[in-house]
Parts: sequence; C-alpha cells; structure tokens
Amino acid sequence: MNLISFFRRPATAPIAKDRLKLLLAHERGAVGASNVIALLREEIVAVIAKHFPVEGDAIKVRMETGDVISTLEVEVEIPTQLCAEIKGAEKDKAATTLKVTASA
Amino acid sequence: MAKVLVVTSGKGGVGKTTSTAALGVALAKGGKNVVLVDFDVGLRNLDLVMGAERRVVYDLINVVQGDAKLAQALIRDKRIPNLSMLPASQTRDKDALTDEGVARVIAELKERFDWIICDSPAGIERGATLAMRHADVAIVVTNPEVSSVRDSDRIIGLLDAKTERAERGEQIQKHLLLTRYDAARAERGEMLKVEDVLEILSIPLIGIVPESEEILRASNLGAPVTLAANPGAPARAYFDAARRLNGETIEMIMPNDRKGFFGKIFGRRAA
Repeated sequence: MNLISFFRRPATAPIAKDRLKLLLAHERGAVGASNVIALLREEIVAVIAKHFPVEGDAIKVRMETGDVISTLEVEVEIPTQLCAEIKGAEKDKAATTLKVTASA
Repeated sequence: MAKVLVVTSGKGGVGKTTSTAALGVALAKGGKNVVLVDFDVGLRNLDLVMGAERRVVYDLINVVQGDAKLAQALIRDKRIPNLSMLPASQTRDKDALTDEGVARVIAELKERFDWIICDSPAGIERGATLAMRHADVAIVVTNPEVSSVRDSDRIIGLLDAKTERAERGEQIQKHLLLTRYDAARAERGEMLKVEDVLEILSIPLIGIVPESEEILRASNLGAPVTLAANPGAPARAYFDAARRLNGETIEMIMPNDRKGFFGKIFGRRAA
C-alpha cells in the first residue's frame, strides 16, 4: 500500500449500485411474477382436472430465481389409487408425484 | 382543478415531513391554496416541523369520524395565509382511519384547495397505502443510500398497484426527490450519484436537495427552509421542485456545496 492509496479510500458507490441492481432485478421479478404464477396455477389445475380428479391444493407452482437461470417447478400430487386404476401400476407409494421442471 | 400529492418513501427518516413542509410553503408562496395533511397517525410530526404544535385542537381522525368539522380541524399558517394544515392524531392508531372517511375528507379538501399534500408515514402498511390512495401525483423521497433506494423501488410498485388511479387503469405521475445529497462525496465515489439512482428507479427527477445544516436549523425553529428571507441551496431546490409540480420546465441545478479548505473552517463557524 503506498501513501496515495492510504489516503484515498476505494470507491464504494459502484459496489452499492451493482448490488442494488442485482437485488432489485430479483425482487421486481418476484413481485411481478406472483400474478403470473397464480394464473399458471389456475390454468394447470383446469387442464389436469380434465383427466384426473385432483384438488386445487394438490398442485404447487414455484419460481426459483437463480443467478443465471431461473426454474419454474410444477408439482402435481395424484392419489396412487387413482393412478393405479388408470395405469394399472405403482401401488407402494401413498401418492405419485408428477414433477415438471422448466427453465425460464 | 385540485391536485392530490403524496409525499412517500417507504423508509423512515429520509425527509418526507421536511419535504412536505418545504414544498407546501414553496407552492403557497407561488400563490396556490395549499393544505398539508399528516397521515402519520400516532407519530405526528408535521405540526412540529411547521411550528404549529401548540395550535392543534382537532385532527384528521376527529374529522374522519365526524367528531369535528373540517373547518375546525384545519390550522391556518400564521406566516402564509393561503397555507393550512390538517394534523394527524397523536393518541389514536391508524385503524381509526376508514377508507370512506379519508375519501370524504379528501373530496372536501379538493373543493377548497389547489394542492392537497399528503405526508405519508414510513412503511408499506395501511397508513402508507391510505395516504397514497387518492393521489394524482407522487413524490418519492430518496436518500442516495442502498436501503432507501430499495424501499423507494417497493413504494413505486405500490403506487402502480394500490392507488385509485392505478386501479382505474390510469397513470399516477411519479417524481423522484433526492435528499441529503452530497455532490462532493458522490464525485469521489463514496455516495451513489444522481444518475445511478435515476438509472435504478427510472422515474423522472423533480429535485436534488443537498445535505445541509439549514435543514436541521429549520426544524429546530419550526420554520421550513422555504420560509427564510434568504433561501439557501436546499430552499432553492424546493422552490424549483414546486415550480416543476406546477408544470414549469426549469433546468436542474446540481447543488454544489463544495467548499474549499478555508471555506470549511470559516464557513462552519459563520453558520
């Protein structure tokens, strides 16, 4: 460390700006996406209910925000008994989970 | 046509009440009939900043609940006749404010005044959403500091979702008022610059109020900076912001309070 750098403290404002931009990009996404997710959930329930008698709360839609990619996770729980009747398989588990993960 | 302005921020302590008072005086000096409404129920301070703390008899909640008439609760400023204020209650809590009651008071104020300036409480709860509910114009008070900028971003989202105008599908005019700005520190990279905050929040700028000793002096005295006979840099920023609110186009002046070495030593003593 030389004398000049001792007296001149490093600029912290650019760091503040970068941190804010990154954070707000996430937060705005989360707030804005919540409506889209609610909408997606309703539509997915409607489609699945055509084929399986599932309840609304058996379907979970989640948005995971990562650094580079974000994932949209859709989880549908169907009673195994029902599944067995339709498919004639899978009798051990209490419930069968249909999981779809898509990159967004 | 009366306009309702909300002064809001999300974060506390950034200068909402100071700015409400200074802008109110500036607009009134410009010839408009102005009323300042304190929405900070339980923590009222606009009366103190305006120097009217000993004249409060009735408050917003008394009017909302029908215990007092609007004319009884309004406090007319002794220095500027076309400026009034409606204090908040200090003893009640904000649940005493009803949606319909506030709507009725605002409608009544619109018949008497040109500008209704609502001083919002901090936070994003009911008090803050009630203060912004009927606004046509919003001023988002922000300090060049990370937590204030983040909270302002949140408030901007609320303005676009929870106001009557937004619900009707109309635009609410939003302006950024940057306060406690230190141009020299921003230049040295120690503080977010005006451009940085504007880039992040992306709403138009209505004024830059410099960090100044005058602000504390003004609240000590209960006399907003814009009342002073010789307006300093913060007062000039508020006067310009008030003219911009009235639709004038004025060049934005960067308050450059940079003093030299001797200025720092002797200037401080003189102030």
